[in-house]
Amino acid sequence: MNRPHRGAAGSRGLGTMEVKSKFGAEFRRFSLERSKPGKFEEFYGLLQHVHKIPNVDVLVGYTDIHGDLLPINNDDNYHKAVSTANPLLRIFIQRKEDADYSAFGTDTMTRKKNVLSNVLRPDNHKKKPHIVISMPQDFRPVSSIIDVDILPETHRRVRLYKYGTDKPLGFYIRDGSSVRVTPHGLEKVPGIFISRLVPGGLAQSTGLLAVNDEVLEVNGIEVSGKSLDQVTDMMIANSRNLIITVRPANQRNNVVRNSRTSGSSGQSTESSLPSSTPNILANLLHGEEESDEEDIVIEDSGEPQQIPKAAPTTESLELLTQIELLHESTQNGFLPSSEMNLNHSAGSISMEFEVPDPERKPLEEDGTIITL
Amino acid sequence: MRRFLRPGHDPVRERLKRDLFQFNKTVEHGFPHQPSALGYSPFLRLMAIGTRSGAIKLYGAPGVEFMGLHEENNTVMQIHFIPDQCQLVTLLDDNSLHLWSLKQHSGASELREEHRFTLKGPPGSPPSATQITAVLAHSSREVLYLGTESGNIFVVELPSFKALEDRTITSEAVLQRVPEDYCNRRSCELVEALREHPKNPDQILIGYSRGLIVLWDVQNNKATHHFLGNQQLENLYWQKDGSKFISCHYDGSYTQWPVSSDNRQPEPLENLVPYGPFPCKAISKIYWQTTKNGLPYIIFQGGMPRASYGDRHSISVVHGSQQTAFDFTSRVIDFFIIFSSEPAAEFDDPSAMVVLAEEELVVIDLKTTGWPAVHPPYLASLHCSAITCSHHVSNIPLKLWERIISAGSKQNIHYSTMPWPIDGGTNIAPDPPQRDLLLTGHEDGTVRFWDASGVCLHLLYKLSTVRVFLTDADPNDNMNTLGEDEWPPLRKVGTFDPYSDDPRLGIQKIYLCKYSGYLAVAGTAGQVLVMELNDEDAEHVVDHAEADLLQDQEGYRWKGHEKLRTREGPVRFEAGFQPFVLVQCQPPAVVTSLALHSEWKLVAFGTSHGFGLFDHQQKRLVFVKCTLHPSDQLALEGPLSRVKSLKKSLRQSFRRIRRSRVSSRKRRGASGNASEVQEANAKFDQDTLQEMELAPVQRKIEARSAEDSFTGFVRTLYFADTFLRDSSRHCPSLWAGTNGGTVYAFCLRVPPAERRMDEPVRAEQAKEIQLMHRAPVVGILVLDGRSTPLPEPLEVAHDLSKSPDMQGSHQLLVVSEEQFKVFTLPKVSSKLKLKLTALEGCRVRKVTVANFGSCKTDDYSENDLAVLTNLGDIQIISLPFLKLQIRYPCIRKEDVSGIASCVFTKYGQGFYLISPSEFERFSLSTKWLVEPRCIVNMPEVTSNNHVHNRPGVENTARKSRNSGDYGEDERKSGRLMEHALLNDEKVLKEIQSTLEGGR
Repeated sequence: MNRPHRGAAGSRGLGTMEVKSKFGAEFRRFSLERSKPGKFEEFYGLLQHVHKIPNVDVLVGYTDIHGDLLPINNDDNYHKAVSTANPLLRIFIQRKEDADYSAFGTDTMTRKKNVLSNVLRPDNHKKKPHIVISMPQDFRPVSSIIDVDILPETHRRVRLYKYGTDKPLGFYIRDGSSVRVTPHGLEKVPGIFISRLVPGGLAQSTGLLAVNDEVLEVNGIEVSGKSLDQVTDMMIANSRNLIITVRPANQRNNVVRNSRTSGSSGQSTESSLPSSTPNILANLLHGEEESDEEDIVIEDSGEPQQIPKAAPTTESLELLTQIELLHESTQNGFLPSSEMNLNHSAGSISMEFEVPDPERKPLEEDGTIITL
Repeated sequence: MRRFLRPGHDPVRERLKRDLFQFNKTVEHGFPHQPSALGYSPFLRLMAIGTRSGAIKLYGAPGVEFMGLHEENNTVMQIHFIPDQCQLVTLLDDNSLHLWSLKQHSGASELREEHRFTLKGPPGSPPSATQITAVLAHSSREVLYLGTESGNIFVVELPSFKALEDRTITSEAVLQRVPEDYCNRRSCELVEALREHPKNPDQILIGYSRGLIVLWDVQNNKATHHFLGNQQLENLYWQKDGSKFISCHYDGSYTQWPVSSDNRQPEPLENLVPYGPFPCKAISKIYWQTTKNGLPYIIFQGGMPRASYGDRHSISVVHGSQQTAFDFTSRVIDFFIIFSSEPAAEFDDPSAMVVLAEEELVVIDLKTTGWPAVHPPYLASLHCSAITCSHHVSNIPLKLWERIISAGSKQNIHYSTMPWPIDGGTNIAPDPPQRDLLLTGHEDGTVRFWDASGVCLHLLYKLSTVRVFLTDADPNDNMNTLGEDEWPPLRKVGTFDPYSDDPRLGIQKIYLCKYSGYLAVAGTAGQVLVMELNDEDAEHVVDHAEADLLQDQEGYRWKGHEKLRTREGPVRFEAGFQPFVLVQCQPPAVVTSLALHSEWKLVAFGTSHGFGLFDHQQKRLVFVKCTLHPSDQLALEGPLSRVKSLKKSLRQSFRRIRRSRVSSRKRRGASGNASEVQEANAKFDQDTLQEMELAPVQRKIEARSAEDSFTGFVRTLYFADTFLRDSSRHCPSLWAGTNGGTVYAFCLRVPPAERRMDEPVRAEQAKEIQLMHRAPVVGILVLDGRSTPLPEPLEVAHDLSKSPDMQGSHQLLVVSEEQFKVFTLPKVSSKLKLKLTALEGCRVRKVTVANFGSCKTDDYSENDLAVLTNLGDIQIISLPFLKLQIRYPCIRKEDVSGIASCVFTKYGQGFYLISPSEFERFSLSTKWLVEPRCIVNMPEVTSNNHVHNRPGVENTARKSRNSGDYGEDERKSGRLMEHALLNDEKVLKEIQSTLEGGR
């Protein structure tokens, strides 16, 4: 996205700001007074004017400094866009009827590259009616259903975002037994179940977990064979970003998979556990790295700061070990656990893994339920 | 791609791991939990102890030990060695018999179970018909006589356990010639005792519980003598020459009976109630031992006056005018006398008495006047006072070792100098590679120093911290002082004393610097003592300081125990570790962490309220830091455990009383009991199951917050010389980790040695790290530029470690219960981590750096973390890359106290308590392995030992490989001659000449 005229823009005075606006295949350039950006409605009108689309309802978006596509729909985010634009404010305009909401968002680590292609080639997406309640990104997520495409329909993977809320997680688990279908017929096996939801707690307020739901996995790790205390410890250890896979006691509210998902993922409908590897993967890619809590350090009684990551990342460290392995062949033992899972599964599930992104996104969108 | 290499599939590393790591449970130290039976073989000079859990342990010379476990896990009721064999028979409470053998296998002896057998009665007979009450292993080594509850005596062949029905001695046959009126009064009832005639193996003495004693001729299958006792019989003992025997009774009496060919129904010679005339308790076992001077040793168990001394566990030794009733600290399980096993000896000449009590083993020297106790080299009662903590120090310098031993030897002067009398077998294990000390802290305020280098955990020295404090109990109050003319002449023996006068004295943390001899111990009431080793007795004042850990915090009220009161003025200390500084934390909460730096002369201590640093050179408190969270009220109120523990101990003592009542009549209706217990258990299980269904166990899932209780609890303290502020200058530092996941780092300024007394030590907080997962910090470690853990203080000065690399950048390893994290220093940035709980659901309980050497090459070793989790697994994690190397299941996860008691050594071994009195030793290393390796050969008799080596003799059809055995009397030599005749005339001549010479 680096344009050659960046330098030119930088050479201008601080008072004006360059705006580059795109609608369909057309670009328009103009400048704004940085100190007096005006109101959003004026800006909206200006855009309609410069693009000569006075009667078309459009959605306005801009790319922020991280490259994320963010909406401009009120004065506040308009001012934010103006104040953070440096040196150039890039505007993307879409017709409201073929707008792709999923292109917006902050959670774009994995899709960053596709932001443009989504916008540039909206034909990739089949048009479908949306019930627009509001822009998802106007709210902070507290929970979501994830990995709908790779899970059997009888299972539900729920992510609770404890981070930033004062609400307690608010649920209890217990031992119990569940019935499984095995080659030898029905078999009673011990399981872990949700036993109670605390009124007003995060778990209850999401509506995604219920009493007597069987807990199958915690952050991608199967709980079968683990004791109640072990599962409790695992959940508490993951409490900042807890992902629980459950088999809901009430199977009537399951997410109905869209028929378009033809063959892109395992269509297993049997009630036994799916092979957990792809699930782990999905989780790790989603959650592990980005959401991992950072420790805090106070140096010399100063201000608390987040502890940064040391220069060698895990990956280069991995390399380090390999090099060491070559040299003295004494060090390398197991790879760290996250890599471990990855390696185990790398061969066997490459198919699931290479599901093209555009295919996946609508799916995810279907599954995502945002609550307050 | 290389990074997609499958974990653990690097063949080179895998091979190396095999050379480095290996898990073994090697030996059990201490005293067996709940012993239930004792046996001794004078021939092998081995002792056997059976337990309620079905274990059987053999002990001989120090280092010679064997262990076996019955599959059934039932109580071992009796142990009988087969005479002159490497075999023994055990009787369990399920009425099964088991034959065990010591066999040589790849150069060492092993204990193995060979056969098992349950006596079957005729169809339709009640279970009591075959309930075994007495066992006689006949000297022919071919048969076992089994006395039963029904009064019948069954004979089974060895080793096949084939029942010889034609040889059964029925009670009807026995009663044939008994006078009518005696018969009517009492039936035979159960067989209490079976004793073989010392001279004539064809005669066995049968004692029935109602008092009838019969001498039975095995050859002719009939009774030759009847002894009509009229007291309930407890036991029998033959005198050495077979002319008399002695019976002991339920009413506390014993009776001597003559055996002669002219009187078939003799009257008793003497009937005596030693502690009469008032009603006495039963004498359950008796020995009559002859000596040269004519005065016999009469040794009997029990017999105390019922009303005043009925609760004593006593064994009385009577020798002429000398009489002592040894008063044991716990119930006597059984005892035996070691006497002359010289075959030609005319007299028994007892040398030692070995008593197995429920909680300890006591050996009394009968040769030395005053009958002092012998210090056992093994089977130490670790739980004399309950163990509250342990600390292991590897590789003790010889100098310190000798000084500790010398201090200990001054404490042991009241012990006998007799060499250990149970000396069978040969220890062939290599000498321990280094001198290791295991220090155990106890509830009564003592620290015991154990030699943990080898198989025998041996008490070297006992340190008491009680003298520093004023306690309710006067230390001079000696329970043992009894007047000269006391009757009965009771004398307390043994060290088991589980009742602490003051729980505040309990030792909680120990740190010993092996180079300087400085020792720091900390206890339950916030007391921290710093001690120095002194080879002489000394009297001095202990400097006293107080550390107010709450500082300016207000509104707190400590509801726990008071601090200990200290003794004013100088205190006399015996040679050994003598305290010179006492720091008392305020509030006096239990000390939860302790660190000592002997080079900087600093001691750091932490409680649930905060931590402090004390300069023990200048005797000055350097600083305190309160770690309390303002909302944490619980931490302030102090432990309520005292109330709880009182309740618990009351409950336990009641249980103990009940148990001893149940087990005092040892075998009555054992089978009935068992089924009752089973039934009760089943009912209990059902009840609990129902209860569970009513109210299922649930666990709350909640993120930890800063407001949780006991977040300020200081879990770990660590001194390090590292780069705390900038990367150019390193400085001494103190690190502390709390229960709430906080790490504090203080920069210390320690004046140089020459100005050490003049300038104060200064400390300044440099860093505070809050782990966001807030799990308790259980370990802090700094790795040097080569990623090697920093050496211990003074280690470098003693040339025992390379000096740390101060050029490269240091790293900080923080171990929480949930994660391992490596940070860079001096700027704290996170480098790598290993999540444990999030992935496996287990938590770190113990962690240590251990050095693992390769068993293949001497020049390779590496440092790894040895980790014990709450599930009882041991994991080895590599440094500095934090990769899981290997995992072993070690302790059952339900065994919480076992997990809590675990202590690792610096070289990949460890100890944990498997019972209050036993440490299990385990090894993770291929190189450092301490396990018993010993050999038991058939003893040789000097006069004709060459016979022993003749293959012809060894291969004789009879099971007596030990043709070298001379036997204790003519009977055996007779047998021997038979053998010799079969094989070698020359040998025969030699034997004959020896025998003649002997006469």
